[in-house]
Amino acid sequence: MNKRYIFLICYLIVLFIPIYWMINTSLKTDNEILKELTLIPKDLTLKNYAEIFTSSLWRSSFANSLIYVCLNVVISLIAAIPAAYAFSRWKFRGSHHLFFWLLTNRMAPAAVFMVPFTELYYTLHIYDTHLAVALAHCLFNIPLAIWILEGFMSGIPREIDETALIDGYSFPRFFGKIFFPLIAPGVGVAAFFCFTFSWIELILAKALTITDAKPVVVTLTVGIGAEGVKWGLLAAAGVLTMVPGAIVVYFVRNYIAKGFALGRV
Amino acid sequence: MIPALAILSISAFIPLMTVINYSLHYIFAGSAPTFVGFDNYIEVLRDPAFQGALIRQLFFSMGILAVEVPLGICIALSMPRRGPAVALCLVLLGIPLLIPFNVVGIIARVLTQSSVGLIPEFLALFNYDFNVSKYPVDAFATIFLLDVWHWTPLVALLCYAGLQAIPDAFYQAARIDGASSWKMFRYVTLPKLRSVLIIGVLLRFMDSFKIYAEPLLLTGGGPGDATTFLSLHVARKAESYQLGYAGASSFIYLFIVIVFSYVFFQLMTNIGKGENQ
Repeated sequence: MNKRYIFLICYLIVLFIPIYWMINTSLKTDNEILKELTLIPKDLTLKNYAEIFTSSLWRSSFANSLIYVCLNVVISLIAAIPAAYAFSRWKFRGSHHLFFWLLTNRMAPAAVFMVPFTELYYTLHIYDTHLAVALAHCLFNIPLAIWILEGFMSGIPREIDETALIDGYSFPRFFGKIFFPLIAPGVGVAAFFCFTFSWIELILAKALTITDAKPVVVTLTVGIGAEGVKWGLLAAAGVLTMVPGAIVVYFVRNYIAKGFALGRV
Repeated sequence: MIPALAILSISAFIPLMTVINYSLHYIFAGSAPTFVGFDNYIEVLRDPAFQGALIRQLFFSMGILAVEVPLGICIALSMPRRGPAVALCLVLLGIPLLIPFNVVGIIARVLTQSSVGLIPEFLALFNYDFNVSKYPVDAFATIFLLDVWHWTPLVALLCYAGLQAIPDAFYQAARIDGASSWKMFRYVTLPKLRSVLIIGVLLRFMDSFKIYAEPLLLTGGGPGDATTFLSLHVARKAESYQLGYAGASSFIYLFIVIVFSYVFFQLMTNIGKGENQ
């Protein structure tokens, strides 16, 4: 029993070394980063963070990222909930194949879609908007959300649907009052995964934005590759990109725990 | 049913079909859109750079699965089953998943900078000269470990979800039958984990095929082409406007991913069926 926990704790420590190292770097001066290896910053400085908060480029990129990620989560869930319901309640001819076909969209490497998406959004005049990125990210988030939600919905007995309809509930009322609360943990888990994958996606976000909707992940790459990289600044920005995710995890932690307890992901 | 499928088809099917058609059309269009048939495909398949990237990619993805899946199961098994520690563990495991790919790349750069990074300094204690921009093996190993670090928690979380769903009664029955703990794992836990393992293996396989930002940021695919994976190769071609080549190679790439995933999907579903009988 104890051996188990020692293994787990060791693993968690290893898991956090890189994160610690980044926080560590973000609190150092550029000089210290380049000169020597220090486990704890010698001259503790918040200069890197101050620079980010005062720069309008960084501020707007963070805002852009948050906007399109939230938009994407909403669109994905609205599209995925009815679809998952259909998949869980009706087994029709070829539904199995349809399901696998959906998953193949999740598999499609973003590099494949980069060029067609750019062309498509140019024609639709939504290139370089939040909507463009949010829609593009639906490509991999809708299948994932359907997949997760279908699992949760299949776990709820069909008798509940039937009883509610016999009791005179209209379908929308049944869905909102009875069914939705039952799958709420599943929606939480799905939202968490959609948020994660949209937040960290780089290729499509980079290809579909120039200035107006430029997300933080792209801003981060710009400073790299050039000579004299500002490591402290990049590390600070990196730490800040983890913050929204950490907040989301904090809020949905009970849902996730509950969702996992249902054994359906 | 009808509204659901309607929304499904509007939101997912039609745009995706358009996109797939679109990418198909691009294949046949060069910089001057003339129909060239399968010339692009032949060119791609004969290109040693593409072949190299493909082999490297397969090696990488298989390695990822071989390490991450067993490790993820071990972690899931060692997590507490109930109590306040559960939420804490879940949150801690969830954090690496939320780090954007390019931040992971930055972490890698910071950790492996020659002369001041943590890893080279640590390995220098053992007289090992670690330099990602000089030695292909070092660069490949760094990307590999980075992916293991970043994504094993996902496998662990999925397996944990699967474990939670196994009723205690199964274990009690197995204990009464006098099963050893290995046998219990092999015949009770593992089959019950099947469905989540399918998801885990497929997700990790697809996503490891998509790896892009980490090698790009670490060494830009180098040294030489040691970390030039498929998506990096394709994106490079697309960026230099060799659209015919890029389109054809993307399609081959997509085809390979789908075929492999389908094989995994079928294999894992069928193995499970055999055991249930």
